[in-house]
Amino acid sequence: MRSLLLAVLFLVAGLSIAENPETENRIRSLEGKLRCLVCQNQSLADSNAELAQDLRRQLREQVAAGRSDAEITDYLVQRYGDFVLYEPPFKASTALLWIGPFALLAGALAALVAILRRRRRAPQEAALGPEERRLVERVLGPGDQA
Amino acid sequence: MKRFLWPLGIFILLVGFLAAGLTLDPREVPSPLIGKAAPAFDLPVLQQPDKHFIPSDMRGKVWLLNVWASWCVSCRDEHPVLVELSKKGVLPILGLNYKDKSEDAQRWLAQFGNPYQVSVMDADGRTGIDYGVYGVPETYVIDAEGVIRYKQIGPVTPAILEQKILPLAMALKK
Repeated sequence: MRSLLLAVLFLVAGLSIAENPETENRIRSLEGKLRCLVCQNQSLADSNAELAQDLRRQLREQVAAGRSDAEITDYLVQRYGDFVLYEPPFKASTALLWIGPFALLAGALAALVAILRRRRRAPQEAALGPEERRLVERVLGPGDQA
Repeated sequence: MKRFLWPLGIFILLVGFLAAGLTLDPREVPSPLIGKAAPAFDLPVLQQPDKHFIPSDMRGKVWLLNVWASWCVSCRDEHPVLVELSKKGVLPILGLNYKDKSEDAQRWLAQFGNPYQVSVMDADGRTGIDYGVYGVPETYVIDAEGVIRYKQIGPVTPAILEQKILPLAMALKK
């Protein structure tokens, strides 16, 4: 009898934890994508600030109310701006942020190629000009033509 | 000679960027609410919880919404500035008492003076979230049409009041 009761208890406990693992995962991933504004280098999931707790509570309520991820992030962006998103959206004001590093890399590669080409094209040793040749001859005495 | 100027130029550019970065405050997140209608709320008044206040009661007036709490340390720095402003009577100040206990808030006002025309209680911080509050104190300038025109993050200092808030409020009043 006792073992049966224990089994039932374990079953109930297990059920309530895994009530809806999918929703739970969704909430976790949402919390991970949003920034806590109080401690700016932490996500909502990591932060223990009161505001983060409040926002996590709201997030849970909204998920429970059946809102989509996009609706929930929009809700927060409307209040706190793009700053709440760890991954800023691509728009005119953030274009430099997104394209900048690639543009810099492309520029650096182009410069490297240009320098290497110029170096290859340049003569290995500069020939002596007539003025220099006369100087050499004067110092070394007239010898064989080099 | 010219090729040696390149690294120098890049270095100066970099120093310029870093110097500009030093003057910015990363804690100040520009509010997306500026130029938008102040979010509605319907909250109990601190001293008379059975009475409610809604922002549209202030239609036709330029006013300040100051988010404060008795547990907020920098609110103490700011408070004399607000009390001083309220004595001049040029700009109504409304208080949003954020995540506070009613007794604590009332004791705080009794101790330091009450600059607020009305203070409302946002006990669970929901209205604060609607206003994008993330650090108390914060102050909003709201115009006669109920549009947020300015947000001060952190305490209002006499300098900010004189240079930003009052000139803006006077311009909005016209």
